[in-house]
Amino acid sequence: MRKGSLFIKFVLSAFILAALSGCGYNTMQKNEEAVKAARGDVEATYQRRNDLIPNLVQVVKAYAKHEKETLTAVTEARAKVGAMQVPKNIIDDPKAFSQFQEAQAGMSSALSRLMVVVERYPDLKANQNFQDLQHQLEGTENRINVARTRYNKAVEVFNTSIRVFPNNLTNNFLLHLSLKEPFKAEAGAEKAPQVKF
Amino acid sequence: MGRKGRKFLLPLKKVFSFFILLLCCLPAAAYGLDVPRLQGYVNDYAGIISPSAKSKIEEELKAFEQSDSTQIVILTIASLGGENIEEFSIKAAEAWKIGHQGKDNGVLFIVSKQERKIRIEVGRGLEGNLTDLMAGRIIDQVIKPRFKQGDFDRGFIAGVSALIDGTRGEFKAEQRPVQRRQKGFPPFLTFLLFFGIFTLILGSLSRILGGIAGALGLPAIVYLGVLPLGLLAIILLALVGFGAGLFLPRLFSSGGSRTDGFFFGSGMGGHSIGGGGFDGGFSGGGGSFGGGGASGDW
Repeated sequence: MRKGSLFIKFVLSAFILAALSGCGYNTMQKNEEAVKAARGDVEATYQRRNDLIPNLVQVVKAYAKHEKETLTAVTEARAKVGAMQVPKNIIDDPKAFSQFQEAQAGMSSALSRLMVVVERYPDLKANQNFQDLQHQLEGTENRINVARTRYNKAVEVFNTSIRVFPNNLTNNFLLHLSLKEPFKAEAGAEKAPQVKF
Repeated sequence: MGRKGRKFLLPLKKVFSFFILLLCCLPAAAYGLDVPRLQGYVNDYAGIISPSAKSKIEEELKAFEQSDSTQIVILTIASLGGENIEEFSIKAAEAWKIGHQGKDNGVLFIVSKQERKIRIEVGRGLEGNLTDLMAGRIIDQVIKPRFKQGDFDRGFIAGVSALIDGTRGEFKAEQRPVQRRQKGFPPFLTFLLFFGIFTLILGSLSRILGGIAGALGLPAIVYLGVLPLGLLAIILLALVGFGAGLFLPRLFSSGGSRTDGFFFGSGMGGHSIGGGGFDGGFSGGGGSFGGGGASGDW
């Protein structure tokens, strides 16, 4: 009888480990793909913002020629973002990731300053082109926020899934996936470029 | 159960408590508790639309969905309660899943009475025509002036017309009648099959083993295949699964039609857990949103 009960216990533990780590294997990979997809969205929305900047600068220049400093700052921030090399494995590379965040934060603050300056030019604010650009800019900022939130959620799900037992075993021995970086809130991020008429 | 039974009971208890602990860590999803229930095309929780305008708009939107499959839904709320309208809007759009799966052709026209804020949330599939710019113009030029005059009815009617014009022709009507979204039905069946096989194999070794297989397998299947569960539901399902695991192999060995009935019974039971959430015949079609659209105020 002792032999029998040992055998039973062995089968039981084998079954448990097999069932659970089996599930973990697929789940972790699925979660990592979700993180990659979410990161793609984030990049696309930031790119969208970058594409709007030249137009914005043109329109503002026409009305606010003397605000050269602010306009230059915006153009430079955009150039910096454009020149950045975004490596394919950025989600696994904390250094590249924080560089990316910094450059985008620089763009955000340059835009904020521009919007503050714009307040002083009622003609500019009434201009239809400018109002259109405003809607586009706000839409883009909102898309960026949504994309970042979803990315962070995907990262949370993924990081949790590779850390809990018994998935961490599967990860250590089979998959070797690494923890992903979430986006950290930008300093003064509550003040996204907004225009109040 | 006798002496043999008691020997099993101790490791069994330990195993059970370990897994209850593990299951405690599984998150149960919380979908925006503040988001009100989706009643129909017009959800006037702030009470600012007159009944005649409401029925007129509903007819128009129903016809538009039938001709174009694009879903436009209106939501008015008394107050945002300190929340950002963009944040609330995306939460509502994601919870209601307006627009059809794959096409992502939904529009949420949301108004908050106290804060005097308007937002048009545009589904991914419509962003090509109903751009942020266009949504912004609709708010500025069509809706805002009428709201400023206090004429909500005209504001909504004109706004809806503009939204319809902005999205007409982008999508074609659904070829088949709109079905309830079937969440995770195929994977559920696959899991159930494997669970059944596992249980039978282990059950033939020992009844307790079969019971454990059922206890673990059933909650896992329902969690993965149908919907996230709270702890209580998981425990209940574990008990059910345990019972199923104990008796299923027995039924099988005694043979015949009774086992088929049992299998189908558990399959159907599982499905009804997932499908019982809709009423009133109106629901979103599974569309997704990317945060596009425009906001304004009056």
